[in-house]
Parts: sequence; structure tokens; C-alpha cells
Amino acid sequence: MTEAIGIRRGSFASRVVGRGSVVWRMDWLLFGAVVALSAIGTLLVWSATRTWSSIEPTGMAKKHVLNLLIGLALYSAVAVTDYRWLRTYAPVLYGIAVLGLILVISPMGSTINGHHSWILLGGGFALQPAELMKPALVVILARLLVPVSEKGKKKDRPRASGVALSLAAAGGAAALVMLQPDLGTTMVLMATTGAIIVFAGIRKRWVVAGVLLTALAGAAVWSMGLLKPYQVARFTALIDPSSDPRGVGYNSTQALVAIGSGEVFGKGLFHGGQTTGRFVPEQHTDFIFTVAGEELGFVGSVTVVALLGVVLLRGARIARMCGDRFSALVSGGIVAWLAFQTLVNVGMTIGIMPITGVPLPFVSYGGTATFANMTAIAILQAIHLRSRPV
Amino acid sequence: MTRLRGRLLVLQVLVIAMIVILVVRLWQVQVVQGSRFVTVATETRTREVRVPALRGAILDSSGRPLVRNRTTLVVSVDRGRLERMKDGGDAVLRRLSTVLKVPLSKLKQEIRACGPGVSRPCWPGSPYTPIPVANNVNPRAALQILERQEDFPGVTADIQALRDYPNGKDAAQLLGYLQPVTQSELEKREGLKANYSGVDLTGRDGLERTYDSALRGAPGLRNVQVDRMGKVITVNQQSDPVPGDILVTSIDANVQRIVEKSIDQAMQEVPNSDGAAAVVLDIKTGRVIAMASRPTYDPKVWTGGIAEKDYRRLLSDKSGKPLVSRAIAGEYAPGSTFKISSVSAMVADGQPLHGTYQCPGAYTVEGRAYPNAGGMSLGAISLHEALVKSCDTVFYRAGYEEWLRDGGKVPKSKVKEPMPTMAKAYGFGRRTGIDLPGESAGRIPTRGWKRDLWSSTKDEMCRRAKTGYPEMKDQSRAAFAKRLAHENCVEGAIFHAYEAVNLSIGQGDVLVTPLQLARAYAALLGDGNVRSPRIGWALMRPDGSLKQEIPVPVEGHLPINDETREYIRKALSEVPSDGTAAGAFRGFPMNVVKIGGKTGTAEVYGKEDTSWFASFAPADHPRLVTVVMVAQGGFGASTAAPAARRIWEGIFGLGKGDNSKPVKPALPDGKPVTRLPAISRDNTQ
Repeated sequence: MTEAIGIRRGSFASRVVGRGSVVWRMDWLLFGAVVALSAIGTLLVWSATRTWSSIEPTGMAKKHVLNLLIGLALYSAVAVTDYRWLRTYAPVLYGIAVLGLILVISPMGSTINGHHSWILLGGGFALQPAELMKPALVVILARLLVPVSEKGKKKDRPRASGVALSLAAAGGAAALVMLQPDLGTTMVLMATTGAIIVFAGIRKRWVVAGVLLTALAGAAVWSMGLLKPYQVARFTALIDPSSDPRGVGYNSTQALVAIGSGEVFGKGLFHGGQTTGRFVPEQHTDFIFTVAGEELGFVGSVTVVALLGVVLLRGARIARMCGDRFSALVSGGIVAWLAFQTLVNVGMTIGIMPITGVPLPFVSYGGTATFANMTAIAILQAIHLRSRPV
Repeated sequence: MTRLRGRLLVLQVLVIAMIVILVVRLWQVQVVQGSRFVTVATETRTREVRVPALRGAILDSSGRPLVRNRTTLVVSVDRGRLERMKDGGDAVLRRLSTVLKVPLSKLKQEIRACGPGVSRPCWPGSPYTPIPVANNVNPRAALQILERQEDFPGVTADIQALRDYPNGKDAAQLLGYLQPVTQSELEKREGLKANYSGVDLTGRDGLERTYDSALRGAPGLRNVQVDRMGKVITVNQQSDPVPGDILVTSIDANVQRIVEKSIDQAMQEVPNSDGAAAVVLDIKTGRVIAMASRPTYDPKVWTGGIAEKDYRRLLSDKSGKPLVSRAIAGEYAPGSTFKISSVSAMVADGQPLHGTYQCPGAYTVEGRAYPNAGGMSLGAISLHEALVKSCDTVFYRAGYEEWLRDGGKVPKSKVKEPMPTMAKAYGFGRRTGIDLPGESAGRIPTRGWKRDLWSSTKDEMCRRAKTGYPEMKDQSRAAFAKRLAHENCVEGAIFHAYEAVNLSIGQGDVLVTPLQLARAYAALLGDGNVRSPRIGWALMRPDGSLKQEIPVPVEGHLPINDETREYIRKALSEVPSDGTAAGAFRGFPMNVVKIGGKTGTAEVYGKEDTSWFASFAPADHPRLVTVVMVAQGGFGASTAAPAARRIWEGIFGLGKGDNSKPVKPALPDGKPVTRLPAISRDNTQ
């Protein structure tokens, strides 16, 4: 690499596609895995929704492709941008997300499919601010946990005030999401927050204390009856799906049956009997993995998990290669977020996680989630492109 | 940065661990347990739908329908599906109530399971079958339900066949009825549990029960793929239902009508009567031409589920239990109609057929005088006259003397008991074996019967003979009961002279059913064979071809010679013209059709007499037997005989119609149909 990056600017075209350009140097494995997941996701959404309307069986799949195209545009825009602006504008992003969440619980919010999580934009478009909060929170936490001026003095641990502010920011966001209520996203936000704070370098004893405190809080919430009965049922159903076969247990059992019946090679795309019969609820969003399981079999579902693994491990690699704490925390946070979501989503369909409404990254149908995920990958790419280990 | 990188490395390790865990679990679920889940998936997704077979019709001997099918749109509710809903199906039922215009509370009552404390309207059938909540639904409502399955999960509308009774109440007990299969019955039959469409009905009484398996046919099986809402996506495989066989009976709908009308009139004329029955038998074949019972009911009440009010009424004592056929299950003392058996016994025992017998006004046995009815005294008469005039004292003497020959109170080691033995040879005291459920055996008292009765009651009686009845308040009654107990204890096993006397004229402990009496007369007047009567004549396939003719089994032969039977027939032939039934048959054109018969008037303790008339025609070459019984109907000559006369008039077309025009005979020349009818689809549905 003879040319110093950013000193001499070539034409726009050469900057984009030329040797040493953004396109040339981005993490293609990461991008390729995301594209593959999106392609598989589109087919699965198609399969899951083709029976909805006999007039337009591809309606939902087309909308999903449109969402992906918008996501790709966002990806391109963010990936070529210097990620350091994120640090500057982090409070603005966070503010917008908070505002969105407030709008949701205000009378302007709307309920779609029984979830009060939406702001209708008109023209058939709707926004789900809770999804936007995920990347926004990662960025604001990274900023809060890495002080700006350190006068050359390398500090390895975050300030107590930073941790306190982080907890406040995360707590506020989680509280707003919980008011919808959206237990799944709340859990994602809390897990991501925990991960970033740990990465930021707090002492081990605080980590231990935090874990204990979380457990204690969990127990308190449980015993004080703060959770709604259906939320409690989701956890008890995990322990014993037959405890409530008509309610949550039904979802859990049906998901397991659909996936299990796929066996090794699956029944073939569009040939899943359970999928066609719509036995699993929310099959194009939260339970999309069951379509993969039934129609593509063990081979297909492992492929999906492996592709997600590629995304996460490439992301973790980018994080570890980072030259500065901010970008390391941002990329580490993104990986933690997507990993947790993957674990919960796939886990709930195979009976090792409670049933919570979180989408499977890059695969589930959902506009805002797609945008958020694509943005997150774009941030990883931007960091990969510009942050080099010192 | 080192610590940060270190912790990010932990993240990386955790991600790898997570992927390993997920893959291992997927291996477990999809590869190790995969086949198990395939089975579960198939079970959730596919349903065995039974397509009910069209139940076979029941026809009369000319192919006219007695029971047929009519199709109707039925809306059914799957209770299991509703129960699985969050609100227990409330919302669905509410919508259904609006569409069907039936009150919600009524729908809810109809789908709850019957059980202790839950009375009709309720569902007595299996919880696995859909419960019909509305019949005769208009097609528009049915379409609404079928098209908006998302609004009506668990609700189906389909065309079902219902039983239809073109002749109304006629032959109600004989035809029987259908009721939903119960859970226990379902469990006995394999492969029925999974069905969720169609209502499984089974014959509960009458011909519907006896010939249930033939009439039922075989349901079709459809293996369908359903979605979560139970909506059918694809039909996998299908075996067509096989319609049930058609049951052709020997019943003649026209004769049945006449019989029904005639006993209705008899019941009206004697308001005290609480039951009646009539049986018309074909002497030659032993088949039943008509059979009716009173009180009766309209079998239509069963169709589409019976209402609580109706059900309770049918079972109540107040309504007289109209489900019970008096013709086969009613046991009554036969009175003088029984004398054919007594005469046969006397002759078989060696008394001369052409001898003379004393007919005094009364016959004294052990110091007690047993008088003739009305104190009639005829002097020396023949057996012929004894039958025609129904002289009891001739039979008293015979019965008493036979009793004495058997040893009287202290029986010989081998007793002949000519009268009870003959009665049993005539088929009394045991079920005729007719192709109907719920038949009674009747009773012929013998020395053996008396002894058996005694051994089963003697312990209690002998105890009471010692202890008395201290719990009784009335001293004198208690003393009487104690004396009676003592008597029973000591003498209960003894067959007394008065019992033998009563037996000889069909009184006392003798009980017969109208059908038993009819077949006894048929045996006497026909070829001497005692047959097990049949109503079912043949089973035809739905295409009209003969599947199986139902034979009439011969159970035995009367132990008397043809001369005796001829003698008795000739005597009975005089009864309607010159004997006890002359009044009832005054003006009857005996020159056209001569009727023979025997009246019977049986005393019942605490009640009015049972009125009997057993008759046959044509008297010279008997082809048909008609027995009429009216419980609490008074004299045989005054109630049962006129009813029988009306039946004969109808059969031979001798009466006058409403407009005084001659009526067509129900059976031309009194001959029953001898050839099975040709069946076309039209008269079966």
C-alpha cells in the first residue's frame, strides 16, 4: 500500500471500485454472509407467506426485497462514511430513538399484529423505533464509556460517571421499550448494555456483582409479579412446554415439531406441511427459523446458523483488530447484540430459550430491523475500513 | 486495550460456544429425534375424516318406505377446538348465534356434555365428534360459516342425512330410533376416534338396532391435510362411503295403518285402558305383517337431537312409557285365548277329542266353587262347544284332574304337567326370538317354577314367619303378613290345586305377550310349526339387488296331530259367527270372508280386565292371524274383538270409507305380498 489513504483523492469511481477502494478492501466474507442470509431469508419469507393471499402469493416477499434494497442503500451510505462521525452524533441518534419510543407509547403509536411497537408513516410504511434503539444504544454507550480527552494517558477502565450515565441511558431506553411492552427487545438492550460495559473494562468484581444483581432483580421482578402472566408463562413453558399446550407451550411445541420434522435434508422449499398449514405463529418474523428447519432440514438450518456465525466471528475479529477503544466497543457491542438475538431467536425455536419476540438477524421479515441490522454491519465495515490496529 | 481485546476474545469464544450449542441441539432435534417429530407433525396436520355412509332405508313388503332419509344442512361445532381457545370459544359461539339466529345460551347448552346433573339439551355422544347445533340451516348461513372459517374455527356446515318417517307415528316402537354413539361405544370400535366430521348415529331400538350393522354401511375415509384453523388444504386419499343396505320388511304399510287406527279407536272407546297392542302374522311364513302398540309417540322427536322435555316425557310413567312395545314386551294373562293350549293338552294327555264333557255352572275344587263366567251351565257338551262358548268349568276339571294325577300337593317323582308342557310347546314362557330388542318371555307356572321361586324367597319368609313384622304399625296387618310368611315358608314350594285350575283358563300366574299368542295361533292354524317371527324379510344392496333373505327359523312342532288341530280350527271358526264374539261380528259378511277367533277376558288384580281377541282368516284356509290386546279394556268380546273386526275389514276391503264408498282391500284376498319388491333408488331416499 504505497498511497496514504485519504491524502490524494482520485475520481469518485476509482475511490469506489479502484484498488484500495472501499469496495476492494471491505470485509467480503462478512458482506457475503449477510447477502446469503438475506437471500435465504427472502425465500423463507416467501415460503411462509405465500399462502396468505391467493392473488399475490409473493406480496410479502416483494416487500421484504424492497426492505433489503433500502437496507443495502443504507449499508452503502454508512459503510463509505468515516465512522468517527458516529461518536459526534451519538447523542443525536440516541435522542431520535428515544423520541421514537416516546411516540410509540404516546397516542401516535400503533398496534400491528398485537404488538404496540409501531409508528405509522403512511403509504403502508411503518417504523419500529425499538429496533432503531439497538444501534443507537451501542453507539451512545461506547461514547459514554470512552472519555474524549485523556491527555495521552491510556486509561484501561471506564469512569464511574461514564458507567452510571451508560446505565441511565440504557435503563431509560429499556424502560420505554418495556412500556410497549416488548420483553424481547428489552432483553436484547440489557444484554448488549451489559456486554459493552464489561468490554469497557470494569473490574471483575463489578462484573460478578452485576451478574448477581441482574439475577436478584430478575428474581424480584418474578416474585413481585411485575411481569404479565403471559410473560411468566413463556418462561415456565420453556421448562415444561406441556404445562400450557394451548398457549405459549403451543408455539414452543409447534416450532419444535416443525423444525424436527425437517430431519436431515428438509422437505424442500415450499413443501413444508407445517409451514403451509401455518401451525407455527409469526412464521415470517420471529419464527422464521422454523421454516428453514422444516423445509431445508438440518443441512439448511445449520447453514443459516453457520452464516450467522460467520457474521458474528468476522464482527468479533473486526472488534479485536480495532485501534481505538470507541470503535472496539461499538463493534463489540454490535456483535454482542446480534449474537444475543441469534441465540434467543434460534434457541426459542428449538426449546432452549424462552419464547420472546426477537427477530432473527438478516433473515426475519421486518423493515426497521433490516435497516438497523444493515446499518450495524455497515458500521462494522466502516470500522474495518478505517480503524487499523496501532 | 489489552483488557478490552481480552474480553472481546471471550466474546468470540462465547459466540463459537453458542454456535456449537445451537448446532448440537439442532442435531438432536432434527437428526436424532427427527422421525419422532415427523410423526407428530403428520398427526397434527392430517385428519382422518369419516364421510358417513347413507343409512339404508327400511321398506315395507311392497317397497314403500317406512323409514327413509332426507338431506339437510347441519351446522356442527367441534367442542374440543372451542375449548382450546382463550375465551373457551365464546366469541365464535356469539358469532354463530348471530348467523344462525339461535340464542347464545341455547348453543352453549347444546354442546355441553350430558352427565350426572346435566340434562338435555346436552350432547350425549362422543366428545370427539362434532356436535350438531342446527338442522335445516339455510344455505346462505351455511356458506357464511364455510367461507369465513377464520371467524368460525371449529364450526362446520355439511349436508347430512336425517331419518324421515313418512308414515308418522305408525310402527314407531317397531322401527326404533337412532342416537349418537357414546364414548364407550366409540372406544369399542377401532378407528372412529379421529373423525371430526359427521355425526355417528347408531340404532338404539327396534329394527334400527337389530339391523344396525347392515343399515349403517361403511363410512368413507378421507385423509385430509388441514391448516391451523382446521381448514382443509388437500385431500390425500379417499375411500368412498358404502351406503347401508336396505331392509325390506314383511310389514304392509297399509295394514299397519289400519291396525294403528283400529287400536286408536279401541283406546278411545275404553278411556280406562292404559295400553294396547295388535299383531298381524302371516301364518304360512311366520312373518309379521303389522304390529302396533299403545301408548305411542312420534319418532320424529329423535331427529336432530331430542329436546329435554320430550325425552323426559318418553321415559315417564305418566306418559305410559311409549317407547316400550306392548306387542313384544307387554306381559298379560291371556284368559280364554289360552284354551287352545289347554284343549291340546287334554287331548295329548289322552282325553277323547270327540268325547262329551260336563259344563256345570261351577266346578268345586277343595271345597271352593269355581264358577263359569255369568254362571253359564251347558250340561254335557263337546270340546268344540266348550271352545265356542268358552266354558271354563270343562277346563277347571281337566286342570284339576291332571294336577291330581301328578300327585296333587305331594308331586310324584316324575310329573306330566300336561297343560304347562303344552303351553311351552306353543312357545309360551320364552321369548319368540323376533328380530327386535327388548322382548319379554312371559310366564307359564309349573311345579318347578314354584319350587325355584320358593327356594329364592324361603329364607326371608321363614325368618319373617318367626320374627313377624314388628316394624308394621297396624297390628292386624302385621299378623296377617306373618301368617302369610309362615304359609309361604312351609307351603311356598307347593303347586296348589287352584293354581292348576287358574292355569287351565290362562289366568293366575300365566303371562303372555301379544306376539307369543299370535305365533301360537299361527302354529296351530298353519302347519303346526312354531316359528320365531321375523319382521325383516330381506336385505337389499343399495342398487336393489338381493343381498340376503332373512329366514324365519322354525323352533319346534306342536305335539298334537293334524286331526286335533283341524278340530280346534273348526271350533274357533264358529266363535265370531255363533260364539262369544258373535256380537262383535254382527253383520260381518261371513259369506265373503269367514273369520275365526277366540275371545279372552283376563282378570287383573286391582285393575280392569285385559281384553283379548285372537283371530284368523279365512277361517277355512287360514292365512293371517290377528291378535288384539287392550289392557284394562274390559271383555274381549266388547273391545278387542271389534278392533280385530275393523282390521279384518280393512285387510279385505269390506268396510266403508269416509264417504261410504267401498274401500280397496289392503291385501287383496287377504294374501300378503309373496315376492320381494323391486327396489329403485327413488323409494329409498
